[in-house]
Amino acid sequence: MAVRLKNSLPTNSLFVLWLALLLCLLSAGCSKKSEQESGDSSGKTIIQDLGSDTMVNLAQAWAEEYATVNPSVSIEVSGGGSGTGIAALISGTVDIANCSRRMHPDEIRRAKETGAEPVEFIVGFDALAVYVHKNNPMDAITIGQLAEIYGEGGRINRWSQLGNRNPACASDEIIRISRQSNSGTYEYFREALLGDTGDFKLGSRDLHGSKDVVELVGRTPCAIGYSGMGYVTEKVKMLKVAKKDGDRAVEPSIESTLDRTYPIARPLYMYCFGKPDGEVKKYLLWIYSGAGQKIVESTGYVPLPDPQRAAAVKALEGR
Amino acid sequence: MMTSQMAKQPKKSDRSTPDRPSSRHVPPGPSGGVENPFAETPFGRRKRRVEFFAKAVFLLMTLLIVFPLIVIIVYLLYKAFPILSIDFLFTNPTGGMRAGGIWAPLLGTIYLVVISLLVASPVGVLAAVYLNEYARDTWLTRIINLAVVNLAGVPSIVHALFGVGAFVLFSGMGRSILAASLTLAIMTLPVIIAATREALGAVPMAFREACWNLGATRWQTIRRIVLPNSISGILTGIILQVSRAAGETAPVMFTGVVFYKAISEGDLFAYGLFDQCMALSMHLFTISTQVPNVPDALPYGTAVVLLGTVLMVNALSICIRAYLRSRKKW
Amino acid sequence: MIDRHRLEVLTEPAVEWIIRLCGISAIIFVFGIFFFVFREGSGILFRGFDLVEFFTSSQWVPTSIGNKRYGIFALIAGTASVTLLAMAIAVPFGLGTAVFVSEFCTPKLKEAFKIVIELLAAIPSVVWGFIGLTIMNELIIRLFNAPIGLTVLNGGIILALMSIPIIVSIAEDSLKAVPDSYREAAEALGASRWQMVYRVLLPAAKNGLLAAVLLGIARAIGETMAVLMATGHAVRIPRSVLDPVRTLTATIAAELGEAPVHSDHYQVLFLIGVVLFSITFLVNLTADLIVKGIRQK
Repeated sequence: MAVRLKNSLPTNSLFVLWLALLLCLLSAGCSKKSEQESGDSSGKTIIQDLGSDTMVNLAQAWAEEYATVNPSVSIEVSGGGSGTGIAALISGTVDIANCSRRMHPDEIRRAKETGAEPVEFIVGFDALAVYVHKNNPMDAITIGQLAEIYGEGGRINRWSQLGNRNPACASDEIIRISRQSNSGTYEYFREALLGDTGDFKLGSRDLHGSKDVVELVGRTPCAIGYSGMGYVTEKVKMLKVAKKDGDRAVEPSIESTLDRTYPIARPLYMYCFGKPDGEVKKYLLWIYSGAGQKIVESTGYVPLPDPQRAAAVKALEGR
Repeated sequence: MMTSQMAKQPKKSDRSTPDRPSSRHVPPGPSGGVENPFAETPFGRRKRRVEFFAKAVFLLMTLLIVFPLIVIIVYLLYKAFPILSIDFLFTNPTGGMRAGGIWAPLLGTIYLVVISLLVASPVGVLAAVYLNEYARDTWLTRIINLAVVNLAGVPSIVHALFGVGAFVLFSGMGRSILAASLTLAIMTLPVIIAATREALGAVPMAFREACWNLGATRWQTIRRIVLPNSISGILTGIILQVSRAAGETAPVMFTGVVFYKAISEGDLFAYGLFDQCMALSMHLFTISTQVPNVPDALPYGTAVVLLGTVLMVNALSICIRAYLRSRKKW
Repeated sequence: MIDRHRLEVLTEPAVEWIIRLCGISAIIFVFGIFFFVFREGSGILFRGFDLVEFFTSSQWVPTSIGNKRYGIFALIAGTASVTLLAMAIAVPFGLGTAVFVSEFCTPKLKEAFKIVIELLAAIPSVVWGFIGLTIMNELIIRLFNAPIGLTVLNGGIILALMSIPIIVSIAEDSLKAVPDSYREAAEALGASRWQMVYRVLLPAAKNGLLAAVLLGIARAIGETMAVLMATGHAVRIPRSVLDPVRTLTATIAAELGEAPVHSDHYQVLFLIGVVLFSITFLVNLTADLIVKGIRQK
């Protein structure tokens, strides 16, 4: 006599549920497979924007604003460091790379090997401020002194060596706060202080983000750190920097960046492969417009002066 | 008298503590004041004291673990309180991620968890079925067991490296939700396998034997008797991995999760399989380490949502386990 | 007799093959992980990479323009110091809790504690990192008057709290596995609870307890996000628990994005991944063998 085993309800229904979810996702996924900004996808156009952690907040603010200006375009913003952006650009996985430093010659060479010419756009300026705790009596510092503090082989390790009696710091030790080596900020600061050949002294606290540096300095009376001017809080103060002993020490600001009197200021770059067109070109044009540059200023960076802006726009349109 | 003196002799500790209250006092009975041989001795009292002390120490240790957990949760809730609301869950991050809510990361995490579990559950359950029902005790089986244990112990960053090497680069998926989910799936696999094996092992052999005697094939037995009876354990294992998949940052950071992406609020299908997405874990990481001047409540709020989801899911699995166990007829 | 539909008979071999495939999937994945990670990192090995310097030098300067140095000794010291501190806290507390929960507890309290330990295990690592960054940081600054709270101590405490659930659950399992006859014999000989635990149970379960500790160590070594956020991330060999360090895992996580794909730096990072994988593989293998040892008894 045949016996029918009762099919237990839970297993069967679970299997059906699993199958249904799978099909649902596959169909949703396939229909939404967005193309890179070639414009013929069914959904939104996606622009991938990757790179500098210094610029990531700026890039995010742009992306957020642009979503209201042009809702058919969605911009995916990632950090990871200037090196990440360039690496991704070379391997062809992003449209725009944010960099807080210039591309290295061997990166340019590797890019050319893959067949495309990287195109550089300067979208703003950043002054790198040297931060100390607000109770630190020090006011100004020279590049030479910074090199002795931060550089390998540098001999300054205590505040008293700088002639600075820092009452808030009991141990007199200079606690160096730095960035991790993937950061363009790190590379730029090293280049500004130590030139092409120097390296940083090991043993500094290497933090992940520009904001961390400022927060840590704000909590640590013995600390010194460097970060973008835009990350200032009320718990820290920015030192005036002089290029050499005897030079006038200059405070970081928009004016001193634009007129080149502040010695540690750098341009902010965006790189594309080949000449940008379509949605990427429209996005870059918007960045150069008044609205885009206003966001540059509101996030703490220095917007381009008008003549430079006009030249960039002309270059974008004309090429 | 003679007997009591003989009874007194072996107790050497008598000399050292002459003044303690006599717990050996027994009202003189008809036999005349015989010592109670079962009464407490100083040796026994020391044993008891040591035991009490040990118990207290262990209790203290346990409480010292439990206590920080409670303090942490309370503190997180307290700091996150200003911002927790339904709106927080359903609005996108705004104002340079310094305000607004966590809709985009929340949706992204849901996608990642669902897809990774969709892939990992069948593979994990069937692998456990193989190990428990089909495999014989050969060297192959030992190696498989070894592999499962080792897969469980791989550091999350090595999973990330594997995901980058195998899914993003080698398979050409690029950085996408698919690559991130597959990486997460491999991470959650070992626990699903282990939980399923335990559940399958708890089904008495007699059930299987009864089926075989009735002429069922092995797969029929498994499908109709063994699996349904172990469903509670299997579900527990799968549900527990929801928290793992939702909480991991390193494996998804390099394989498909981005810092920011604008999607429309309330749109459940905003992400495509090959898009990148935001995720709660990554979002917590970036707003606590990379975005300046974020009001305190925001990262605490994200942490609370993440933690709350994890705890809720765990509670759910405990309930399901209890419910299904109560329905068991054996 | 059980009814066999024709469809079932036809599909059964196919289903069995799928099941077999899933069974060996675990091996495929483990070897796959090793293969892919090694593959990405191996290029540099064949170009005259100095392995001795790699392991013994504490100069980790991968982005220098003229003088790239890839010494991971300081990173290994970082991982070791945080793991050691974490285990120094986690092992006594974990084993103590396991003993308490399994021997000294009433059943209701036992359920409650087990649930709490499970919840502790479920907290995601990024939330732990966040706790280290905020709560622990403030606590250490205030308690020790330290300039910064992101130190070995911070990372060690957080890792301890993360490893304790694993140690507790495996230790508890192995204590449960000791046959009741041992307990009954001890009690019959007049031993108190504590004496029974100390002299009978712990020695009997020592293999399982050792395995629990080893798996806790593997967890601590492999943790990434929590130490990335909590240890201060400095390349130096720590001289006290209030020094910042950098671990192997945090180095990979922090620098993987930067390194241009297939560059030297990128490959060295993958090599570190191989080192990490090998360490945890060995620890897991040892733990597994120890547990197998007691199963065979």
